[in-house]
Amino acid sequence: MSVSGSVLGSTALSFSEDQAMVLDVARSFCRDKSTIAAVRALLESEQGFDPEIWRQMVDMGWPGMALPEAVGGSGLGIAAMVPVMEAMGRSLLGGPLLSSVLASQLLLRARESPAEDALLATLAAGAPATVALLDSHDWGASRIRCELGADGVLQGSKQQVMDAAVAEWFVVVAQQAGEPVLVLVAAADVPVSARRDHSLIDCTRRAQAIDFSAIKVAEAAVVRGPRVASALRDLRLLGALLVAAEAGGSAAACLDTTVEYLKTRKQFGKLIGSYQALKHPCVDILIGVDSTRSFVYHAATLLTEDALDRDAEIACRMAKTQATETLKFAGDRAIQFHGGMGFTWECDAQLYVRRAQWTQQAFGDAQHHRKQLASLLLDR
Amino acid sequence: MSTVSEQDKQAFRQEVSAWLQANKPADPGFLLPQSFMEVGSEQQLDFLRAWQHKVWNAGYLGMAWPKQYGGQGVDPVFQSIADQEMRRQAVPICFNVIGLGWAGPLINDIGTEEEKARYLKGILTGEDIWCQGFSEPDHGSDLGNAQTRAVRDGDDYVINGTKIWTTMGNFAKYMILLARTNPAAERKYDGLSFFLAPMQVPGIDPRPIRKLTGEYGFTETFFTDARIPASCLMGEEGQGWKIAMKTLQYERGAEAGAAGGLAFVRIVIDDMIQQLADVERDGAPVLQDPAVRDQLVQLIMEEKAVVLGDRRAGIGPLTTDYPFSLPLSNKLRFTESTRRMRQLAINLQGADGGLYVGDADSRQGGFWQRAYLNSFSATIGGGTSQVQANIIAEHILGLPK
Repeated sequence: MSVSGSVLGSTALSFSEDQAMVLDVARSFCRDKSTIAAVRALLESEQGFDPEIWRQMVDMGWPGMALPEAVGGSGLGIAAMVPVMEAMGRSLLGGPLLSSVLASQLLLRARESPAEDALLATLAAGAPATVALLDSHDWGASRIRCELGADGVLQGSKQQVMDAAVAEWFVVVAQQAGEPVLVLVAAADVPVSARRDHSLIDCTRRAQAIDFSAIKVAEAAVVRGPRVASALRDLRLLGALLVAAEAGGSAAACLDTTVEYLKTRKQFGKLIGSYQALKHPCVDILIGVDSTRSFVYHAATLLTEDALDRDAEIACRMAKTQATETLKFAGDRAIQFHGGMGFTWECDAQLYVRRAQWTQQAFGDAQHHRKQLASLLLDR
Repeated sequence: MSTVSEQDKQAFRQEVSAWLQANKPADPGFLLPQSFMEVGSEQQLDFLRAWQHKVWNAGYLGMAWPKQYGGQGVDPVFQSIADQEMRRQAVPICFNVIGLGWAGPLINDIGTEEEKARYLKGILTGEDIWCQGFSEPDHGSDLGNAQTRAVRDGDDYVINGTKIWTTMGNFAKYMILLARTNPAAERKYDGLSFFLAPMQVPGIDPRPIRKLTGEYGFTETFFTDARIPASCLMGEEGQGWKIAMKTLQYERGAEAGAAGGLAFVRIVIDDMIQQLADVERDGAPVLQDPAVRDQLVQLIMEEKAVVLGDRRAGIGPLTTDYPFSLPLSNKLRFTESTRRMRQLAINLQGADGGLYVGDADSRQGGFWQRAYLNSFSATIGGGTSQVQANIIAEHILGLPK
């Protein structure tokens, strides 16, 4: 249902039984497998995630959940990934799921006939993959700098390629003669010397900067055509939404952590949670968490396998804006409200404030999305 | 749950929509109240009373109330549809809100036969205006601490004390009154009683309060040995707090028992964007200013979040964390975002922002200036935002008092 003619646009929000089931399963899985102790044990590990837990996620079919049955997926659509990401965010569970899902969505949406794509079936079966998207720090850049020469040789570097160390496949976003193309590169073709590990502010994640220059690919490994540009646009919006869903979960957990501390810590003979200067910001965070959840599932309601329409674009951008602002504030206040303890590595608040900083930039920050939203909403 | 078919609902919606279109009154040439808390003149009162009577007479008010008391005795979903259409078409308010949304549903719910026969119809027709006597000058947010005294004396109660923020106190025929019958009660709440009190008796002196807008709409109501019949007591002595809390549940609309009608003129962000269409800033349209656009998008999101929150509140699996957080925070979010929106509306008018109601050059007759000043009635009335935040922190998050 929409408020007709209103600048609010669509206000549809529904939640299917499939989504409810996925949310239920994902929440208990993440809670059991990703305790805070487990998260902490992985922070300074090389891989950043537990391969055994990833294997179990693959066994549950999560990498293929959003893919059509024709390529070996479960056919639940991308809306079913939203509750999974929320649950993972809540438990700070890492691993290459987000990267793999986005890579397969990009391929699915760019291919003329996805059912014939052998790689999609491989990804649905759980081979980790990732999109090499960013040419620079600017999420809003419209020009693709990475070039695919007429001879099939790539020229250019990508940064913040998420989960690059474990990805078996890279979907490299490049351009050829001014047209965007996707280049599929197997991990084995990217030498160690071309990779540099990033040091990320969010220690639950891993990424690399990769120089793809001089890698030669066969024509069969190039996806081109009219669907590529719109698939790339959708990728950025879906990325924004899934990161928003994850951030919503993280913000909820962050709030719980802070509230728990305020209920137990005493100063000047009083529980500090009784002070309004601490109480009221917690209410602001709760309201932000509530709004994030509403925007995120509103966006999920509007997603299909087709190119995202205007309402869906607005919804994804609002979700990312709200989630980003909420987690930033929640993490920031979590540190402050833990006092001296909050300044330590040992305090869990740091996990959230660090995640908040990674999250805010991923797929564009709040100002970026509000700028796009202004055009969508005010220039009608 | 309503058993009315979608087809019947649709047909009714068309019917009421057509009636409103045909009967919506023309601009009377004087400022109309944006809410029931702004009725300050006889002129406004006469206009609004005539409009409410017309709506009732057409059968679109009190639809779910029993027929013998002036209602239609139909499923409340019809009233909800009528309310939605009234809102959509931005017709004038049904001003007798304390009667329609508080006293009436309460009497309908727990009143005696005699009380129903005596009060309900006059509420619907607009003939009997009701006001509310809960708040006191020294106990704004702390309602349970009300000190106005009611002392039984033969067949009367003798009332002494002061109530404040009595809407239409100077026009009202009846008041729902919360007064202390037992100051010695162990719990302060147990000493309170609830009355359906007449206003036109000696010793009751409603003095209009001039609001920050320069207008009237409320009174401070002084009781000096005012005698009201003992039969005005609702329920029993000591049940006042329980009954007063019960009146709050009808706010959720016709489905909860309210008679319906429009209590507020809805002012939405679209209205604000529209009024900015011809405004310039730094030599260019204000709607093209990047900083302004950023602020507008934030406000649009705030308004949309409230609408989406209402929808999500009805989806069980998406409200498991804190099941009551959306309904309990709704007032805080909505009123605060409304206040910010109206404030920005003035901010963006350039020099016109400094003009007020009465100035020929003011935008929309000073609509936004007045609307902003009035918006505090919602962030203060019914529990200030700060008290709301305490309630949410303590009851939802479980933080200590």
